[in-house]
Amino acid sequence: MTAIQIILCGFAVFALSRVVLRFRKGGLPVVHLVIWFLFWAAVIVAVLRPSTTSAVASWVRVGRGADLVMYLSVVALFYLLFRLFGKIEELERQITRVVRAAALKDLDEKTAVASKGSAPPRIPEAAKLPPPK
Amino acid sequence: MGKQIIVIPAYNEEATVAQVVRDAIRVADAVVVVDDGSRDRTSALAAEAGAIVVRHAVNRGLGGALGTGIAAAVKLGADAVVTMDADGQHRAADAARIFERIGQGDVDFVIGSRMLAGAEGQSKMPIHRVLFNAVGNTLTYLLFGVWVTDSQSGLRGLSRTAAEGVDLRTNGMEVSSEFIKEARERRWRKAEIAIPAIYTEYSLSKGQSFLVGVKTAAKLILRRFIG
Repeated sequence: MTAIQIILCGFAVFALSRVVLRFRKGGLPVVHLVIWFLFWAAVIVAVLRPSTTSAVASWVRVGRGADLVMYLSVVALFYLLFRLFGKIEELERQITRVVRAAALKDLDEKTAVASKGSAPPRIPEAAKLPPPK
Repeated sequence: MGKQIIVIPAYNEEATVAQVVRDAIRVADAVVVVDDGSRDRTSALAAEAGAIVVRHAVNRGLGGALGTGIAAAVKLGADAVVTMDADGQHRAADAARIFERIGQGDVDFVIGSRMLAGAEGQSKMPIHRVLFNAVGNTLTYLLFGVWVTDSQSGLRGLSRTAAEGVDLRTNGMEVSSEFIKEARERRWRKAEIAIPAIYTEYSLSKGQSFLVGVKTAAKLILRRFIG
């Protein structure tokens, strides 16, 4: 076994152990467990027997197995990036919604105080807060 | 005419916000300053100058602040809302003209355009700003199919209908173009009025830099096809 094979297999085993651990804790659906298991098993096979990727490569008419792995990786990474972009956008929107709700709640309290008439001159609560870190 | 409220998003604008608020109060029934998580005395100074201050606990960007400000104005019972920048590049008198235009009742959305024929100070507009606006307008047209002469203007007015209906999803500077998109999708009747282009060193330093502009453009394009 070459050094690169040992490193990659070691990582795959590590990743597998994390997947199993998460599944045991109940944080992972069975379908995901199976998919991840198959994925990392495929990685181990590809690392230990590179010729298998060549077989698959020639089947889909790509020159070399290593090339096929690269192509698939790039596609997968782009897809992941795309998903992350969408996810972050969604998070940003949700944060804004939360921040907005809090800001408008302050406004409610302020106007409620102001309409009572007995309140001291309007100094918004916001003005007294320490600046955010 | 109904209740007129001016909304001013402000992020670290302690140098100018008080004067802007004092001027704005003269032409509106109320002024709402959205302190977008400033680290300076923006909130305190705006409140002192007479504004109703709502405060974001963390910085959300121009779009987030405008959304909050417009929601606040609707809550306060606004019949017309005008948004203006906190850096002093808009004149209260022009906000008053926008209120007047909305008060005529035949439009929902008014853009204060620095590029409309007859706007003062056009010749003094820095060339890179002219270029920047042209790119902004073209992009807005290509993405949303609406041509306006100043898509990036921060001085704009909304009728109550528009203020209640608007649903801003973007947090950053893209919001300027998003207003235009909303105008089309919600079938707001729109108008433009000429406003003078006032550029001070301060407002230039606060506006979109080239890099921010590129980022804004990229986000606009991505969102058009993903969001």
